Amino acid sequence: MSIVRFIAAVAATALIAASCSDDDSDTTTEADDSSTASTDVASTDTPTTESTAESSTDATTITLVTYDSFPTADTSLNDALATFTADTGIDVEILVAGDTGTMVSKAALTAGNPEGDVMWGVDNTFLSRALDAGIFEPYSTSVELPAELVDLAPDGEVTPVDFGDVCINYDIGWFADNDLEPPSSLDDLTDPAYADLLVVQNPATSSPGFAFFLATVDEYGEDGWSDYWTALSDNGVAVVDGWTDAYYGDFTWAGGGDRPIVVSYGSSPPAEVLFADPPVDTAPTGVVESTCFRQVEFVGVLAGTDAPDEAQALVDFLVSDTFQSELALNLFVYPAAPTVDLPQEFVDYAVVAESPRSVDPTTIEANREEWIDEWTALVLG
Amino acid sequence: MDRSGARVNRPPAWLIAALAALPVAALALFYLWPLGTLFTETLGAGAVADTLRRDTTREVLWFTFWQAVASTGATLAVGLIPAWLVARYEFRGRGSLLGALTAVFVLPTVVVGSAVLAVLPASIERSTWAIIIAHVLFNIAVVVRLVGALWERLPTDLSAAAATLGAGPLDTMRHVTLPLLRPALLATASAVFVLTFTSFGVIRVVGAPGTRTIEVEVWRRATQLGDIPGASVLTIVQLLVLGLVLAATGLLQRRWTAALDLAPTRRRRSRTRREQTVVTTVGLATAAVLVVPLAAMVVASFSSPTGWTTAGWTNLDGGEIRPGLRVGIDPVAAVTTSVRFAAWAALFAVLIGGLASLAITAAQRAGRLLDIGLTLPIATSAVTIGLGLLITFDTPPVDWRAEWWLVPVGQALVAVPFVVRTIVPTLRALDPQLLAAAGTLGANPSRAWREVVLPMAWRPLLAGAGIAVAISLGEFGATSVLSRSGDETLPIAIERLLGRTGATLQAQGYALATILALVTGLLMIVAERGAGRTIDG
Repeated sequence: MSIVRFIAAVAATALIAASCSDDDSDTTTEADDSSTASTDVASTDTPTTESTAESSTDATTITLVTYDSFPTADTSLNDALATFTADTGIDVEILVAGDTGTMVSKAALTAGNPEGDVMWGVDNTFLSRALDAGIFEPYSTSVELPAELVDLAPDGEVTPVDFGDVCINYDIGWFADNDLEPPSSLDDLTDPAYADLLVVQNPATSSPGFAFFLATVDEYGEDGWSDYWTALSDNGVAVVDGWTDAYYGDFTWAGGGDRPIVVSYGSSPPAEVLFADPPVDTAPTGVVESTCFRQVEFVGVLAGTDAPDEAQALVDFLVSDTFQSELALNLFVYPAAPTVDLPQEFVDYAVVAESPRSVDPTTIEANREEWIDEWTALVLG
Repeated sequence: MDRSGARVNRPPAWLIAALAALPVAALALFYLWPLGTLFTETLGAGAVADTLRRDTTREVLWFTFWQAVASTGATLAVGLIPAWLVARYEFRGRGSLLGALTAVFVLPTVVVGSAVLAVLPASIERSTWAIIIAHVLFNIAVVVRLVGALWERLPTDLSAAAATLGAGPLDTMRHVTLPLLRPALLATASAVFVLTFTSFGVIRVVGAPGTRTIEVEVWRRATQLGDIPGASVLTIVQLLVLGLVLAATGLLQRRWTAALDLAPTRRRRSRTRREQTVVTTVGLATAAVLVVPLAAMVVASFSSPTGWTTAGWTNLDGGEIRPGLRVGIDPVAAVTTSVRFAAWAALFAVLIGGLASLAITAAQRAGRLLDIGLTLPIATSAVTIGLGLLITFDTPPVDWRAEWWLVPVGQALVAVPFVVRTIVPTLRALDPQLLAAAGTLGANPSRAWREVVLPMAWRPLLAGAGIAVAISLGEFGATSVLSRSGDETLPIAIERLLGRTGATLQAQGYALATILALVTGLLMIVAERGAGRTIDG
């Protein structure tokens, strides 16, 4: 009796599961049309036999490996990708590999037998590790891009696609209410007038946190940053684990916290305007331009791809104006192609630093662990 | 217990082997092999020496250990009160209370963490106290579910006898009920210990900056520093510690197990006025604790720095926020994906966990090994398992790293230990005399086992399925490593929304968290009703 019941229950669960997956295959088919990822075609990066069979019928699918803030469905960025498919017959499947660090670690482990064909989004703080691991196959696009970006990868393994700044943001209303001038430099942050007002992310666990740390390395040098951080500590800097905790926890504007100065992005103000509800007509937050660290993101063909020609075609497309013009509003970064017009909100509210801070990618990779250990002992110890 | 009698009535070896075959195969294929591959490909003597020599390794290990001990003790102490209520009494809102408990258990740590931070006094925000409080809040459901599965079937005649002999309720609890519950308590304690020892999100959101568990340090080394050998060494350290703890509790559990005359559920309505007052007070107090994070979440789904908003809810179809501007995350698809994965994960977990429970109770020493083996996946860093799967299933004929079903399989591996812990205490408590009696009446061992053991496994099996669904719905670590795009589950969609600037996106993240809590709570209420009907009918 009971065994019958058990089997019946298992069968019922299986039926529910099966019917759920039926429902889902409908939605996946829809998703296919807009060339987003689907579970059904998920086996592209695999057997060579299969992909040759596919290319012979002129319907190659290639996989774009990317970080987790890349939109996977329905945005104008995905629509732009669909035009690439329409023009070339090459389907593009998006594979989200986690945050940038996780994506690079996975790619390093699978170097030579990659999960996809093209990787989007490795930035200058992880570039050196990615290049050392040999995950890319050199390819130089014929599209003209600014030399200062291209030169970050002198051997041409990767192509710059966009850039953005990590900067000190402040709550404009709070400073107005408290009759205080907002800070204008890194030095200001150690001024007692700004005591207990700043919240930053832990560079050990947060990408913007590490970028801000690099800004201080650039300003004060490899020998001087520890004095600066001692002064910041004395001035009551708060450290939290990640961006969400800082911006939506401790920051006065967005999190209802008690810190009106926070490490965020140069493009946070336009995001505040665009996604405000009830709407606002002016940005509630400001950016301290001299504190900005420049993050440049790259795209590259993954070594070991089954479809190198298609992968290279995709790289060309990703730096074309069609795609580049969609970057600002979907990823809140600046397109690498200088010919692209920016949306008005970006022109009005975003700050792009004139002379952003930077640290050489090889220096970053060579010192990352040691710097973080020293920083941890100094600031959190 | 008459062990020799039990042994005589054990099911034949071939049956035990047949029962254990699937669980062992699943564990070997999806856990041992990938992990072994990762270790053999990355580990070297240098990494071991470097890691063990580092001061931070010792600090991290010590912190991980003591916060887990404190969290487990606090969770058991707090959780037993609602566990008693839910197991012993029938009252209005019982189903909803269970639903709410489980909803909190599955919510993303970001959501519960920010609620905890919002109510805690500033002096203990981001401290180890905050970590312990958040761990208690998250894991009460584990205590209620795992202890409750045995408690509600405990015979009441012993406590009644104690009362007749003049023992007060507290004496009865201490000298009768708790000793009888010991196997379930131990199983629960070991589960909560493993969960809090391997805590990741709670530590990062509510802990003081710089305090790290081994799990956080493994993630940091593997992903932020690219030090996969170092991460592997720490994974092994964690496995060694937890393996020892599990082996010790496994031994104790067997020693403490007593055969009981288990009966169908003994829940009843409160009889006296005093009883009624106690039931109401405990019920309301538990509800109050749960309402805090849930209410904070709902409020946040309507909040924006510029005022109240409904944009988080009105934009759930993934439509345009402004002309040409979309979020790029499909909430409806996330709900269907979550439910679909949960159904599959529960199916796998109940199948594997059910068979394993029968095998574990039937076999003696080998059963203990299987029990520990099946618990190892939750004692292992999700990042490590994910990376292992990635490099193991990358060539035909096992080129599975892109398969969607890897996600529910991974979730099932996480859920199996909980399913096993729900079923095994009940099976162990079975009176061996029942089997002996069946034998005397002429049933051969297989038949006796089928007629006596299986019927008792039914109810905890359902409870286990409920836990598996809840775990799958809330699972973040393994899912985030294994999931492919187009397959975002609710927790992943929530995490992504909350990680971006913009009031609408934040509100939508909390709206999705509310949906996740609702879906979970409703499923638990329905499961509870269904299970109740099976018992009564």
